[in-house]
Amino acid sequence: MELRRGRRRGAGRWSAWHFGLFAFTALVLLFLMAPLVVVFPMSLSSSSYLQFPPPGWSLRWYEQYFTDSTWIDATLRSIKVALATTVLATVLGTALSFSLVRGRYPGKEFVNQISLMPLIVPVIIYSIAVYGWFGQLKLIGLWQGIVLGHTVHAIPFVVIIMTAALRTFDIAQEHAAMSLGANRAQAIWHVTLPPLRPSLISAAFLAFISSFDELVVAMFLGGSNMTLPKKMFDNIVNEIDPTIAAVSVIQVVLVTVILILVSKLGSGAVPTER
Amino acid sequence: MSASATTPNELRAGALRRRWWRRHRDGFGSLAAAGPALLFLLVLYLIPMAMLLAQSFEGASLPHYQKALTDDLYLRVLFDTLLIAACVSLLCLVLAYPVAYALSILPSPWPAVGIAFILLPFWTSVLVRTYGWMVLLGRNGLINRMLSDLGVIETPLPLLNNMTGVLIGMTHVLLPYMVFPLYAVMRRMDPNLAQAARGLGASGWDVFRRIYLPLTLPGVLAGMTLVFVLSIGFFITPALLGGGKVHMMAVLIEQQVRMFLNWGFAGALSAVLLGATLLVYIVLRRLLRGNMQWS
Repeated sequence: MELRRGRRRGAGRWSAWHFGLFAFTALVLLFLMAPLVVVFPMSLSSSSYLQFPPPGWSLRWYEQYFTDSTWIDATLRSIKVALATTVLATVLGTALSFSLVRGRYPGKEFVNQISLMPLIVPVIIYSIAVYGWFGQLKLIGLWQGIVLGHTVHAIPFVVIIMTAALRTFDIAQEHAAMSLGANRAQAIWHVTLPPLRPSLISAAFLAFISSFDELVVAMFLGGSNMTLPKKMFDNIVNEIDPTIAAVSVIQVVLVTVILILVSKLGSGAVPTER
Repeated sequence: MSASATTPNELRAGALRRRWWRRHRDGFGSLAAAGPALLFLLVLYLIPMAMLLAQSFEGASLPHYQKALTDDLYLRVLFDTLLIAACVSLLCLVLAYPVAYALSILPSPWPAVGIAFILLPFWTSVLVRTYGWMVLLGRNGLINRMLSDLGVIETPLPLLNNMTGVLIGMTHVLLPYMVFPLYAVMRRMDPNLAQAARGLGASGWDVFRRIYLPLTLPGVLAGMTLVFVLSIGFFITPALLGGGKVHMMAVLIEQQVRMFLNWGFAGALSAVLLGATLLVYIVLRRLLRGNMQWS
């Protein structure tokens, strides 16, 4: 095996102990992948019940998904909400990141804490809080309302990635552009942002996925307008049929494709690059 | 001196002010860049949260808090929530520590492969993963099927709709949050350090206990904080894999609003959950900072 010839920087050969460690690691990775892999055979089952192994094979659950308008409506609604959230969160979060990295003003640490708070505070608390607030503002049941709630949760992801990226950017380049006659906005647009594009891609991707997968906020704010996660949740709770398996497979495949794209185009979202 | 030097002093003050403004102009300009996001978070985050918490304080004797903090039923839920969070944190640590270590010493491309296997589930919807666990753990699920085919068990093991299912599901969701900080710390470790200790006669266990563990402690604490804090607010996994038998704070809060429209009590429960979350977060952050300086 390849491993046997590999050497730990300067250390001796792999010992039996190491192979135990690698076997354990493989088992943990199997544990992580198992629930993703198992939805593939389930989605091809001919049975309406949760049964393993499937008694026969069919594509009926994929057909069910693509022909049932409630599934498709929920999917399109989720995409619409996630795209709007991405735009809003990326713009607000990037401006905020500039402020957090460049600014020197009292209370900056407080601003930083506020912008990251949605990551720490349990989503359920925020969900009922904003449910009560939007109830008064008559915003329940509107997709725009869900966008606002999701943006709150997407901003921290954008801030984390963009502040990290901006810290590595040499501000002298921007000053050079300005001494050559560009105003601040032009300097940022033409000089600062282009090299930050990979980080922007990662930030936008995280904002998108955080909204697209979000259940709890959408459950409270959506009313009868279900997003895809809410439709999936209902399908699981009421054990309606394995359409959820087909939906799951589509999502796993999509995440895989996007993950590959982001690892090629983006930066900051994949820990190996740090 | 002071009487005769008024004018130069004023001049100097003016120059200082101008220099101060030049130095801080960028700073204040960038406070303005934070403006839209701060306004957004104020109106859509801080105000609704403050309003929810305000509702919990109705009544002179704070009846909602009395109920939340003295009623056995609700104390039990709080205790269970903290216990589950502690169990999940420990499970994640036990699983993640060896994995992060293995990834930090393996030659390429294995670390990248391992990370990909962690990122893929990490970015997949929690609902997909929860459904996957239902397929695996159910009475007729893959695991029970395999075990009974192998003749290991006669009757299906109860793996779903109980505490076991919730612990497995939550550990699965939160494991990456533990692996990443550990891996980040371990990757920066100098392998010569352990080797030097070995050369000086330390046993493998000594190297681990006196060198590796203390140096990776910041990663351990960071991961544990994150997992614990996220655990105590968990809603989807206990709601779906607990089968109504596992009661956690988040599920309780949702019930109070959805079923009973009891906003005051939901607010009080939220305040308790929020308090616990922030307490753990702040304490462990402080520990972490001290530790960083020390190492």
